Amino acid sequence: MHLGFLTIYWRDMIRFYRFKTLLISSLVQPALWMAFFGIAMSANFNRLTSEIPPIPGVPSVDYLTFMAAGVIAMTTLFTSLFGGMSLLFDKNWGLMREIFASPLPRNHIIFGIALSGMTKSFIQSIIIMVFAILIGAQFFLDYSPVNTLLAILGILLFVAVFSMGFLFLSAAIAISLESPEGMQGIMTLLTMPIFFASNALYPINAFPPALQAISMVNPLTYLVTGIRYFAIGDNYQAIGIHYTYSTPEIVIAFLFLVGFAGLMFALAWWRFRKAVVT
Amino acid sequence: MTETIISVKDLYHRYGEFTAVAGISFDVMEGEIFSFLGPNGAGKSTAINVLTTLLPVQKGEATIAGYNVAKYPQKVRESIGIVFQDVTLDRDMTCREILEFHGNLYSMPNAERRERINELLELVQLEKKQDTRTKQLSGGMKRRLEIARGLMTRPRVLFLDEPTIGLDPQTRMRMWDYIKAVNDEGTTIFLTTHYMDEADHLSDRISIIDNGKIIITGSSNELKNTLGEDLIYLETSDMAGTIPILSGMELVKEVRIKPRGVTAMLNGDGTKILPRIIEALSAEGIKVSVVNLKKPSMDDVFVHYTGRELRDEGAEKPSSAITRAGRR
Repeated sequence: MHLGFLTIYWRDMIRFYRFKTLLISSLVQPALWMAFFGIAMSANFNRLTSEIPPIPGVPSVDYLTFMAAGVIAMTTLFTSLFGGMSLLFDKNWGLMREIFASPLPRNHIIFGIALSGMTKSFIQSIIIMVFAILIGAQFFLDYSPVNTLLAILGILLFVAVFSMGFLFLSAAIAISLESPEGMQGIMTLLTMPIFFASNALYPINAFPPALQAISMVNPLTYLVTGIRYFAIGDNYQAIGIHYTYSTPEIVIAFLFLVGFAGLMFALAWWRFRKAVVT
Repeated sequence: MTETIISVKDLYHRYGEFTAVAGISFDVMEGEIFSFLGPNGAGKSTAINVLTTLLPVQKGEATIAGYNVAKYPQKVRESIGIVFQDVTLDRDMTCREILEFHGNLYSMPNAERRERINELLELVQLEKKQDTRTKQLSGGMKRRLEIARGLMTRPRVLFLDEPTIGLDPQTRMRMWDYIKAVNDEGTTIFLTTHYMDEADHLSDRISIIDNGKIIITGSSNELKNTLGEDLIYLETSDMAGTIPILSGMELVKEVRIKPRGVTAMLNGDGTKILPRIIEALSAEGIKVSVVNLKKPSMDDVFVHYTGRELRDEGAEKPSSAITRAGRR
């Protein structure tokens, strides 16, 4: 097997390591979300839902715990969507020519970038999880150490497939565009609807039908579902809504993300075959 | 020089309406140093980009190391090395990392890669800079690193697109030595340049290219010999009267009008012909104010075949003009 993608991965990780500001800034945003929006909204929701009688026998989690899963998902989304940006810079600065003129199969560029983006998402997810728990998110409550470990692996599995999908999309956009500003614009355009038309910050049950339909084809919804399943459990209530997840539901969510990643890879591969870099 | 390693037939390349390469055909023999000499915008880089598979073959045919460029780009990429015209180094990687990365792109085995890197860092005298990030290197160091990178994989053909652009004279000379040394080891070199002296000094054969077309191909001596044995440049009191006299003289091959004087190409020894010319002119009452006798240089060849000088100013200078380093 050709391991060329590891070369691309290695270089991108060197850059990641050298630019620690990138990691720090990408962590400040989710931390601020949780510290301000999370804690503020938590107080509000707790007051609003204090009228609703809790469902007996169902463990209850506060809003901070509910949205912390969404923040992990959001960070993964942002990091992955911007993960392809380095390809655009490589292209503009002529560095891509070296790679394109080498015998490295071009799909390895896509794999390499996806793998490094995934690694970055892993690092961020774990740090955010720790931070969330520190400020009071009730993750992995009453889990045994083994179950906690398995739950974390489950979360990372979901994060991995999800980030792959968006990294492929990001790579496809980067190789097709000329300007970083243009890419920035597209990314901003994409992140808003993906983030807000999902269950990251609030339940989708009460959405109007159209928005609900969007949220049901939104990969972020399935990532958030996966993270909540592993971090909180398959039966809990939050902000007055009873959540249950069956194993088939989780498997379907996972397969949805796999399908999305596959589709995005096809898109990226098509764009890369068309790409001319001089 | 036994086998043809690069073969190009009727290659065209268009960017929209603009034809950058307008039907070029040439062969490069294995072990040769072959140059494309031409001004900026002549189509040299486009031709190199097509040959190195970065641009698609639009029309015509190209074969490198036995592989058709359009059909087997992967095989072509395995056979070639490239040094690009402008700097293509990641500013935030160290010299060693740049070479490591390149070797890995070509799947070089670890031991061989490390050995090559040490060898090449020494060759281009960057051992002490191996852990320095490339943004801290001088222009010459960057170029040396890029040449080292192009040599990493011991390619069968090394493409050098304006390899000494922006280098100081000493570094250029040393680059030439490296290029020769690499060539001596059997690597075929395909070079583009707009420096006359570079083409002249390095190449086994030169193609003069202008407006996307090859105008003439030959060894440096062959090209110069097409201009005759010697050149005489004259400025006289009566230029109109000078030309018929010169043209009518024995051993004068051709007379060309220059901005302020004339150049006569000679099929004989200029030192013997010159006194006769001056005699013939004074017999007609024409005074010679400036005279220069020289062997044809690459500059003369270039001007002769393209009808213009490489340099922007276009002024006639009798001596061989070296274009200043640093110009693009």
